[in-house]
Amino acid sequence: MIAFADLLERLVFTPGRNAKIALLRRYFATQPDPDRGIGLAAVTGELSLTVAKPALIRDLAASRTDPALFAWSYDYVGDLAETVALMWPEAETNAPPPTLSEVVETLEGSAKADLPSIVSAWLDASDASVRLALLKLITGGLRVGASARLAKIALAEIASFPVDPDEIEEIWHGLAPPYLPLFAWLEGRGPKPDPLHAPVFRPPMLAHPLEAADLASLNAADYRAEWKWDGIRVQLVATAEGRRIYSRGADDVSAAFPEIVEAMAFDAVLDGELLVVRDGAVAPFADLQQRLNRKVVGAKMMRDYPVAVRLYDILFEAGADLRPLPFDERRRRLQAWYERVRPRLMDLSPMIPFATLDELCAIRADARAASIEGLMLKRGDSAYVPGRPKGQWWKWKRDPLTIDAVLMYAQRGHGKRSSYYSDYTFGLWRRDAAGADELVPVGKAYSGFTDQELGWLDKWVRNHTTARFGPVREVEKSFVLEIAFDAAQLSGRHKSGVALRFPRVARLRPDKPAHEADRLETLMALVENRPSGVQQAA
Amino acid sequence: MERAIITHAHSDHARPGHSSVLASPATLALMRARLGADRAGGSQQALGWGEVIRVGGVEVSLAPAGHVLGSAQIVLDHAGSRVVVSGDYKRRPDPTCDGFEPIACDVFVTEATFALPVFRHPDPAHEIARLLASVALFPDRTHVVGCYALGKCQRLIALLREAGWDAPIHLHGALASLCAVYEDQGVHLGPLKPATGLARDALKGAIVLAPPSAVTDRWARRLSEPVVALASGWMRVRQRAKSRGVELPLVISDHADWDELNETVDEVGAPEIWVTHGREEALIHCVGARGVRGRALRLVGYGDEDDEGLGPEEARAADAVDVLA
Ligand SMILES: [Zn+2]
Ligand SMILES: [Zn+2]
Repeated sequence: MIAFADLLERLVFTPGRNAKIALLRRYFATQPDPDRGIGLAAVTGELSLTVAKPALIRDLAASRTDPALFAWSYDYVGDLAETVALMWPEAETNAPPPTLSEVVETLEGSAKADLPSIVSAWLDASDASVRLALLKLITGGLRVGASARLAKIALAEIASFPVDPDEIEEIWHGLAPPYLPLFAWLEGRGPKPDPLHAPVFRPPMLAHPLEAADLASLNAADYRAEWKWDGIRVQLVATAEGRRIYSRGADDVSAAFPEIVEAMAFDAVLDGELLVVRDGAVAPFADLQQRLNRKVVGAKMMRDYPVAVRLYDILFEAGADLRPLPFDERRRRLQAWYERVRPRLMDLSPMIPFATLDELCAIRADARAASIEGLMLKRGDSAYVPGRPKGQWWKWKRDPLTIDAVLMYAQRGHGKRSSYYSDYTFGLWRRDAAGADELVPVGKAYSGFTDQELGWLDKWVRNHTTARFGPVREVEKSFVLEIAFDAAQLSGRHKSGVALRFPRVARLRPDKPAHEADRLETLMALVENRPSGVQQAA
Repeated sequence: MERAIITHAHSDHARPGHSSVLASPATLALMRARLGADRAGGSQQALGWGEVIRVGGVEVSLAPAGHVLGSAQIVLDHAGSRVVVSGDYKRRPDPTCDGFEPIACDVFVTEATFALPVFRHPDPAHEIARLLASVALFPDRTHVVGCYALGKCQRLIALLREAGWDAPIHLHGALASLCAVYEDQGVHLGPLKPATGLARDALKGAIVLAPPSAVTDRWARRLSEPVVALASGWMRVRQRAKSRGVELPLVISDHADWDELNETVDEVGAPEIWVTHGREEALIHCVGARGVRGRALRLVGYGDEDDEGLGPEEARAADAVDVLA
């Protein structure tokens, strides 16, 4: 487990994507089977090993440490597993630390009553870094500082022949830890694993942002238009062997949406948008966030935040791969399939009829519902190709909204930006209880500025700091930023009562006095919570 | 102060402007280099290990503390009883200074920077091996290690040399002059070069040492995709390392860890200890269980320079509030 613990530790602290891939690549290339496969499962979230409750760790700590010292230490460190890992007394032992596969195998075959003695023997044989990994692993608290996608990119890089990470993606969900056939294939020792009928993820087709320059070159007759919905894109996969809901990034999010899984009584692979829909109206994105990342979803959650899927493409039907067909043909198949199957909690994303690009411009300009981010343009003859093929699909977002806000706090960035104050919290004016004007923070922006503007802002922050809180500086409330954002939505979780979608810095306004910045009321007037004017699908 | 006995040259222990100063020869040399000959004390008196002088009715001598070059414990003998003031100390071997000598005494005044059982420093060679493995994995990046100018910097250099790193080590300007004093005092550090005035590409694959405040600040922008490391005992706790924006935390300390503090108390055999410089309560509680009486001694100005890089500001960072919620 030494290499695994070291990998976890470095991933947690490493901000750079390429550096994370390099760390993963080294791990997969140097560790033996089956350990590296178990490590891969841990990194990709396929390993769930919650065998111990925090109480077990507390009891173990109590058996080896003084209660007063433990209390002071826990208070200082703030994390139970880390406290125990750090203060566990060093024992005289010749036993080597357990291997990852040994840990997983032993835990699977052990009675609960034997856990304390098994775990403490492992802790005795390990150093602090291995102890921490071990305790996090057995309590299900393992946080890996890398996505499953990065692991697959790293796997593609250790292959002895050219492999696209998407090829691994397509077979991934048909594989299981410790992934021996996968490693054998990548190292040229075995055939490519065939997922057969397993409900695997299919890498999605993505769209390019449409710029003004691209627009002029488009021929209206070649393209079909749909709304771009502000939800999360999902892939519904239902085969005889199982049902899965995948996010765009290949994460299995089925557990968060059990009512959708229940409604997937068919054999097909579908592309669509997951939305919270109440009485036919799409709710703000913040509502959908309530449903994301939940391991267990209760009846109340399902009632309060009812979800549905708005379908826009079909990839497989009854085992037949429809991806090579043109979009128009797939759309026809999707509609026919939908008429026939009539799945619950699903509807079709409507096609928007238009004759000319001018007409389309007008439709886009009129779409003011918060649930709509803009338009999607898809070539009628486009096959479904993974990745972002040029000129096939375009996303054409609405023009952003803007406000003039006052810079309030700045925080240091990460990685390449760690020497810059690059994350900006900004606020708007409102009247406080005593009738005086006060600034209330409404959002954070990390992007939108040029390198030159970043350098300028960094210097300004350093020269106008009024208080420091570690990586955060409070600044004089005298600098105005023009902030662009896609939508404003009501939010009970924000002090200001409003949340911005994709805020970014549009312009620096050194010319504008802070007291002339916008008021919170101005932003509130831009809130759009009802998707009026949007046609619902049949 | 009229008369000051200085344990070592860190700024929280060696203040300028005393009228007469007593310290080890190396400490005096370091103080002159840092404070300037005129501010390092009106009259300076060097005392070698084991030499005794009488001050009033008290016999005073110095013994090595193993913390940094010249660092001393102060041994005070009066009427048959002995008090030892440890200053800062560590117990691990350090090629850049003389090792700590435990001295039997009646009262032991000990530091307590890392006096919690969560602080157990790993073998420094293991930490250096992690640094070198990272250099091998990222040959196009510059590894910049945050460390204090006096002691930590030279110890890191010595540890790198022991691990076989023969290449020049690049230094931030603030570190160079004290390395020169170490060389003068007979501590050989191998080839050292300035980190400044070079093309970015020249530092690819290099190891650069710099003060902790510089490694994530504007100074570091000159480096090639730096891997930011920090060498400090505090790096043992993740949140501390996280809040500093450190990519490679190295747990290397010039202070005794929890086990060493306890072992040292037992070794000197004092029935009473006075605890300064850190977290007293845990150590007092723990030695109390072994029949040693402990008292907390609050000294002025403790916990700055060699607090290993994390002052109150960083402590607050962990609690930095999300102002939006
Ligand atoms: Zn010191
Ligand atoms: Zn000190």
